[in-house]
Amino acid sequence: MSTATSPAVAMLRTEGRLMLREPGAMFWIVFFPTILLCVLGAIPSFREVSDDLGGVRVIDLYVPIVVLLSAIMASLQSMPAVISGYRENLVLRRYATTPARPTQILMAQWVIHGAGILAGSILAVTVGRLVFDVSLPGSPIAYLGIFVLAVLANLSTGGLISGLAPSTKASAAIGTVVFFPTMFTAGVWVPVTVLPGLLGDVIALTPNGAAALALDEAAAGRMPDMLHVLVLLAWTVGLGALAARYFRWE
Amino acid sequence: MTTTSAPAIEVRGLRKTYGPVVAVDHVDLTVAEGEIFGVLGPNGSGKSTTVECIAGLRLPDAGTVRILGLDPVADRDAVKRSVGVQLQSAGLQPKLRVREALDLFASFYDDPRDPLELATRLGLGERLDHPWRKLSGGQQQRLAIALALVGRPRVALLDELSTGLDPRSRRDVWELIEEVRAEGTTILLVTHLMEEAQHLCDRIALVERGRILVVDTPDGLIGRTAAPLVMSFVPGGTLDHAALNDLGGVSDVMERGGRLQVACDDRAVLVVLDWLRDHGVRPEHLRITESSLDEAYLDLITADDAADDTTGATDKESIR
Repeated sequence: MSTATSPAVAMLRTEGRLMLREPGAMFWIVFFPTILLCVLGAIPSFREVSDDLGGVRVIDLYVPIVVLLSAIMASLQSMPAVISGYRENLVLRRYATTPARPTQILMAQWVIHGAGILAGSILAVTVGRLVFDVSLPGSPIAYLGIFVLAVLANLSTGGLISGLAPSTKASAAIGTVVFFPTMFTAGVWVPVTVLPGLLGDVIALTPNGAAALALDEAAAGRMPDMLHVLVLLAWTVGLGALAARYFRWE
Repeated sequence: MTTTSAPAIEVRGLRKTYGPVVAVDHVDLTVAEGEIFGVLGPNGSGKSTTVECIAGLRLPDAGTVRILGLDPVADRDAVKRSVGVQLQSAGLQPKLRVREALDLFASFYDDPRDPLELATRLGLGERLDHPWRKLSGGQQQRLAIALALVGRPRVALLDELSTGLDPRSRRDVWELIEEVRAEGTTILLVTHLMEEAQHLCDRIALVERGRILVVDTPDGLIGRTAAPLVMSFVPGGTLDHAALNDLGGVSDVMERGGRLQVACDDRAVLVVLDWLRDHGVRPEHLRITESSLDEAYLDLITADDAADDTTGATDKESIR
């Protein structure tokens, strides 16, 4: 076999380098969620303990929310456009004729977007801790597990969109249409915990709604409610299967 | 594996349809190792589909394809290591730079060519830091050729080798292709440039509507035409075109810009000259040239169309 680096690694390095040339994507995935956190944190009442929220502050709830926001930005805005573009411009076709596999490009895209989300999340948690005194996740393992599931569920949604959309334009349009309700379910406008009655129950059944609730619990140091975990897991597996099912090379 | 007598590419009874459209219809091809083989034909004649089936990108509906003795679909990984492919249309990541693309592709192979040298040979030396999307069509084309050859493939499949290249870069590409062949690479190229086929190819397959009309050397193809020669002269007097056209071996008489062009075969040349002398017409500025592959090509394609139209008409009759 070759002594050179494996195609998968070479492809990952190349895609990573290309991602760094996209300042727009880098901004929305890595920096914007933390900027939003800082804007909200600048509102004095959000830094005060609220009895309505069961003894936490609004800013405490927003750290997991902006973590999900980073995942949503990467999955619905950035990745589908890249993958649809690669298909539309016949990039995947070119790699299909080399010892590299087109799947390696796609894997690289998942890994790189995953890494971007991780960077955005670490930044948000760190700034939350240092600037707004938000305590670090009380159950870090549970927090990380939910985080990984939520990232996979969102990336699968993005993969599914690029599979179903007939063109790069359509993929961007569908991504944007799905983007706003998804942000709502993650709690970007109103944290899911404070949503009343039926609306809250319904949103708890969405991937990002369940993820937001589970992350809140893990942040507070409790084991997340199994219902939220199972809902999220079901979405991750289901969306992943659909993304694989509807994936197209051409 | 290294049986030298085995053909580099062997296609038998290849058929590929897209819905009701038959793109490739019972194609047989054998390309010897070290050969430069050209596939020539009008747009939409199934050339690219044939190449894509040989490259393993498409699954044939019927027939077998062997490349270096391997099945391009079943032995995908082995084929991809020893076959370089330039597709008619394939993109790259828009912001990937020339140098990065070459290095990336070189890293896929065990014993690649020097990417820098290849880039320089193809006139991309000044463009190494340009991203793919900022390259001109010709530059993208040359990069695609470089990427197909960087891995020192045993077989190179080149679809539309020099489409969109200026004459200078075309010469560079031809030189490179000949050099690559001298190193032992078998080359199958698709082109619609007669000059390219005539210059590079050992043998040519003429393809039309998914079928191979003829496989021959460039000279052999020209020899097949009814009129392999063209006599061109300024007649020093009036003459009867129709009578000239009736001479044995003359297939066409045409006046163009004061010159008379007589398409004919070898033995007709002296007959025409004798006839002109008998009629007191001096052929001033006489030139006798070989008819080009262009004409041979058009001749064969037109003959095929005519044959097909007749069949078409008969079909209609019988339906009635």
